[in-house]
Amino acid sequence: MQPGYFVLPLLLALPLLGAIFVMCTPKEEHALHRGIGLFFTTLTFAVSLLTLSYFNKTVAGYQEVLDVPWIPGLGAHFKVGIDGISLWLVLLTTFLMPITMLAAHKAIDRHVREFTAAMLILEVGMIGAFISLDVFLFYVMWEVMLIPMYLLIGIWGGQRRLYASIKFVLYTMVGSLLMLVAILYLYTQYGSVTGEYTTDLEKLTSLVLPHNAQVWCFVAFALAFAIKVPLFPLHTWLPDAHVEAPTAGSVILAGVMLKFGIFGFLRFAIPLFPYGAQVCAPYIGVLAVIGIIYGALVAFAQDDVKKLVAYSSVSHLGFCVLGVFAMNSAGISGSIFAMLSHGLTTGGLFLGIGMLYERRHTRRLAEYGGIWKQMPVFSALFLIITMGSAGLPGLSGFIGEFLSLFGTFNAEQSSLPMPRLLGALAATGVILGAVYLLYMFQKVFFGKLDKTKNGNLPDMSDRELVVFLPLVLGIFILGVAPRPLLRSMEPSVDAFVNQYHNKLVEPDGPAHLQGHAAPTAAADAVNAPRADAGNGVERDLGKIAAQAREVERTLDAANRAPAAARVAGGAQ
Amino acid sequence: MTDTSLQFAGIPLVAWVAALPLLGAFINLLFGRAMSRSMVHVVAVASVAAAFGVAAYLVFGPLLTQFRAHEGEGGVEISRTLWTWIEVGPADSVFKVDLAFRLDTLSGVMVLIITGVGTLIHLYSTGYMSEEPRYAAYFGYLNLFTGAMLILVLGANLPVMFIGWEGVGLCSFLLIGFWFENESYATAGRKAFVVNRIGDFAFLLGMFLLWWVTKSLDFNDIREVAQQGSSQLTSDPHFMGFDRWATIICVLLFIGACGKSAQVPLYVWLPDAMAGPTPVSALIHAATMVTAGVYMVCRLSFLFSLSTTAMLIVATVGTITALAAAFMAFAQTDLKKVLAYSTVSQLGFMFVAAGTGNWVAAIFHLGTHAFFKAGLFLGAGSVMHGMNGSGDITRMGGLRKHMKTTRATFLIYCLAIAGIFPFAGFFSKDEILGGAWAAHLEGWGAYGKVLFVALSLAALGTAFYMWRLYFLVFSGEERSEDAKHAHESPWTMTVPLVVLAALTAVAGFLAFPHLHSLDSKYLHLLSGWLEPAVDGATEAHNADGTTYLLLAIALGIGALGIGIAYSLYGRGPSAKVAGWTAEGEPLHEAYEASKNKLWVDEIYEVIFLKPFRFLARFLFEFVDRFVIDTILVGGWAFLVGLFSRLMRWVQNGQVQRYIVGMVVGAAAIFFFVSRGHSPTFSYKEVPAGVELRAEPGEGLAGVGATYQWDLDGDGQPDRKPGAKPDATDAAAFVSDPVLTVKAGDLAASGVTLWIKPPGGKKAVSVTRAIQFDSPERAAAEGGK
Repeated sequence: MQPGYFVLPLLLALPLLGAIFVMCTPKEEHALHRGIGLFFTTLTFAVSLLTLSYFNKTVAGYQEVLDVPWIPGLGAHFKVGIDGISLWLVLLTTFLMPITMLAAHKAIDRHVREFTAAMLILEVGMIGAFISLDVFLFYVMWEVMLIPMYLLIGIWGGQRRLYASIKFVLYTMVGSLLMLVAILYLYTQYGSVTGEYTTDLEKLTSLVLPHNAQVWCFVAFALAFAIKVPLFPLHTWLPDAHVEAPTAGSVILAGVMLKFGIFGFLRFAIPLFPYGAQVCAPYIGVLAVIGIIYGALVAFAQDDVKKLVAYSSVSHLGFCVLGVFAMNSAGISGSIFAMLSHGLTTGGLFLGIGMLYERRHTRRLAEYGGIWKQMPVFSALFLIITMGSAGLPGLSGFIGEFLSLFGTFNAEQSSLPMPRLLGALAATGVILGAVYLLYMFQKVFFGKLDKTKNGNLPDMSDRELVVFLPLVLGIFILGVAPRPLLRSMEPSVDAFVNQYHNKLVEPDGPAHLQGHAAPTAAADAVNAPRADAGNGVERDLGKIAAQAREVERTLDAANRAPAAARVAGGAQ
Repeated sequence: MTDTSLQFAGIPLVAWVAALPLLGAFINLLFGRAMSRSMVHVVAVASVAAAFGVAAYLVFGPLLTQFRAHEGEGGVEISRTLWTWIEVGPADSVFKVDLAFRLDTLSGVMVLIITGVGTLIHLYSTGYMSEEPRYAAYFGYLNLFTGAMLILVLGANLPVMFIGWEGVGLCSFLLIGFWFENESYATAGRKAFVVNRIGDFAFLLGMFLLWWVTKSLDFNDIREVAQQGSSQLTSDPHFMGFDRWATIICVLLFIGACGKSAQVPLYVWLPDAMAGPTPVSALIHAATMVTAGVYMVCRLSFLFSLSTTAMLIVATVGTITALAAAFMAFAQTDLKKVLAYSTVSQLGFMFVAAGTGNWVAAIFHLGTHAFFKAGLFLGAGSVMHGMNGSGDITRMGGLRKHMKTTRATFLIYCLAIAGIFPFAGFFSKDEILGGAWAAHLEGWGAYGKVLFVALSLAALGTAFYMWRLYFLVFSGEERSEDAKHAHESPWTMTVPLVVLAALTAVAGFLAFPHLHSLDSKYLHLLSGWLEPAVDGATEAHNADGTTYLLLAIALGIGALGIGIAYSLYGRGPSAKVAGWTAEGEPLHEAYEASKNKLWVDEIYEVIFLKPFRFLARFLFEFVDRFVIDTILVGGWAFLVGLFSRLMRWVQNGQVQRYIVGMVVGAAAIFFFVSRGHSPTFSYKEVPAGVELRAEPGEGLAGVGATYQWDLDGDGQPDRKPGAKPDATDAAAFVSDPVLTVKAGDLAASGVTLWIKPPGGKKAVSVTRAIQFDSPERAAAEGGK
């Protein structure tokens, strides 16, 4: 048992417990429900800080791992753990939850009990998906978080909530089903190579599939994740979902759920199928750049504030995707950092829009103007968040954007085509970001206070201040002192990059374990186990021989002529 | 290695210089609403004044000591690192940026100008903005700006400089749009930020490329690589084409400088920026922020001097800007607009200095310009304050009677900017002109002389439009009620005017013209002082005789400009000019062009903004809504929906419909099966030879069909052995569906089969070549 193994299951248990608990309370006790929601999410956040204290920032592998057999017939384990990549994303989730719960106090006034339960279940799903080290568990968690979000949009949403929620679910489902097919294929391949049927991610990662299978599997995974990101042109569910979702849903959707796309690439798609990633990277990279520019341009064309911010996510997440496929630590660290920053800034923007909506019940830019005069404190804080989103140096957005662009610029190791040109095109997002964000800011906060309805809007309440301040502080802290975060990601990110390159050099051929490449390795294995066989040192001889024969047979069936040649060569 | 000297409260003094104004901003922005007005401005002024004190101590104390002890290249600096800001990558290829500050002789000059002029302008603001309801916000922003500007100049590497670089952009945005209730002011602020961002985009790319080439963004490291770069060009493959990269990097960084320092084509934001309060125009849009680009180019002098191409671009853009902006200033009637175009033009002068490798002159003019242009703006503010806020010079005139101090100081500034001895502008402008004349960069030829002529023209224009302004404001008779009742401003506003005028009067002596006969280091204080920080390799000097001649020319040009202005505007608006520029007169077009600022804003509107807005709308309405969402996404949904509707219609529980379905289905199956596939025959090797098998198709097609074979390749159906030669009935031909023949009996041209379906339909013929898998058969076949 690793130190701190109990923390992660606790992070899943607490919100689950809260959800069960809140459902046992009387239906009309709204204050109680809100209190329970706030209490459990805050408690979860506090407990999640424990992960930090147990986390060793100099180690690359998974930490605080708990591995319990779950479904023996399937080989599925309840295996959870974190590394430098998921650590901060988990913290982002637990950090945003209490803020969101508090922000929803006024906006959600019906079915509060169910709302609280849905949010708590959502938290379980999100944390679970971040910490799963078992593809089956991951898939379950991935689907678990889908349902509460569907309910959030569908029950507490706006005018076209049904359309938006169904679109959201169907879109995500299409992607995840293809991913499931790829998971099953991987599962059977691993089983047929090793004889052990398991869904353990670390074990599956050591399997090297034939190149064409890698491409297909990668595409299946990538589709699921690209929809989630969302990558152009799979993004149209997002504006609808955001516009119709209640503020809490938007915050969580943009703040956390979109990150699963990037996280999925980092945790699953690329490590499992590096060759597929290499083949697809040019397309994904180009789509990411298109998304950055396109998202920004379309955001500029909006007259609905929420839609504008929704499209800005398409643009911002493009930087993250690009950074990941730069395949160097600057790009990937930058991408992760940009995700954290985006969680704070875009979460903040949605919260702010929610506060305005609660006052004016409209999101149309034309209905606002001159709000600064009426709500100076709110406006100033909103400006800081806007600037954080626009990537002003010294605030959080800059670091992520800068590093992912920097990584792209120096992505000679990746298969991105013309990385410097891509980087330069992506960097136009820096200009465009300022264009649409400041346009929005001016339309809402500057100008004459000439709409009578805006004339008596109250400035922020204390509750709203409590909602905003942690975000603003976070934006400042991440912008001024990003190094502790970057350092704690570094070992995991470096290991990720190394693993990608190591696995990439594995030869094409039938599925085999990493470091046990056929055909020469198989031939060697028959005679004597390789001394340097990294993954299966302790494996018994007979098993290796059996496996080698299996490999040999498959190979023969697949390609006779080289086999004959080899025999002939061996005879000489 | 942390140097613990020169610290206060555990924080290095260098950092305090920038931290003090930031602290002031923090206090005023957070608690200012609860503080009294006097408290607000005490905090604001004191924080900047304290920063000035600390900076002065550092520059005239430790830095000067180092400077005195120093011999040769580099090394005069106080560098302190606060903490590591960004660090990514494995140990062997780490990308590390320290939050580090460096005070050297160059940044020392800048820091003194910023905090010094800044203090005066803060003081001035307490008078000018005394009626402002958002008093604390104003001072908070102003302090924030000062802090950001100090980070910009003190940053020891490009990313830290970039913090300040964008920080001042933010403050500029906030202060231009300070009176945001006026929509056009808010738009001006946004325009400033966005245009600056265009420059920042290039700055960012330049930074990335620079790291890619040098693997560091620290100025000292870049300098080291740059100085090796020129010698290692051929030996070290890593530096292959460093000069080429230097050009691209320098041009990218210079585009950044164009944004910040308002050069063509990115200058358009600066005239609009006059929407901000006048002290802001003085501090940000004249004295400090807009000079950041010049500072950056000088900071990277060693890099720019690697590329004559980049230098050429810098000098050319500077010249074009100087000329164009001077031209646009001619016909402006707004006091601040004239000054704005003047600033753009003067910044062009500074870039010419930088582009001719005359770094010291660039910084020199930056400094003197900071004094007299800040003074001009503050003077303008004072005039507008006295005129109830109006800046329309056609409504002024005769103000010399009402505003004595303002007028006297304004006179000094106007003399200085026109380049009249002994005021600062005379010296600094002459340094630039002389440097341009002497410039002999590789491959330039006589280009320096061209620059000189163009700049002289711009200088003539400068003297003219500034004195036109002066005469229209202060001379002649009052042309409005406001002018008649104008009053002098309070002491908080006039004291800064006097101090700046004094500085304008004496600052020129910091750098005397380079005369060999006057070779004393006390006459070239500035160039000696800046020598450790900037690259001096390309600095060139003229012979003494030439220098005297150029001085005389410069002075003559200044006097000429003033003379023209006097003859036309000496007594108020000129009837002559009005006559020349009336409709149909020769100067009408030129006047209109100047008045409408060469229609640049209108042109940009048509070629950039409108297409941009259209593209955004098009992408959203057509591509996003229609193509992607309606056709692609909605299309799938529609197909699925269509299918489900069909299925619903079919499966509605009526037995009749099911029977119809069954009948239709059965018919379909029947049709499909009976249609058969294209008839053919197959063959396979058997021990006895080759077995040919007719395949008429599946289903009914094969029932009752008749066959005829042509095995010998004569094109006619083979007859059965022994059949009558003229018999045509079916029995006479080989008609078995399956037959086995010896391989040798088959024709090389292939076998043909005629299939005649039942019911009198036409026969179909199929011809196939027979190929053998086994070599023996092939040999047998080949042997035939």
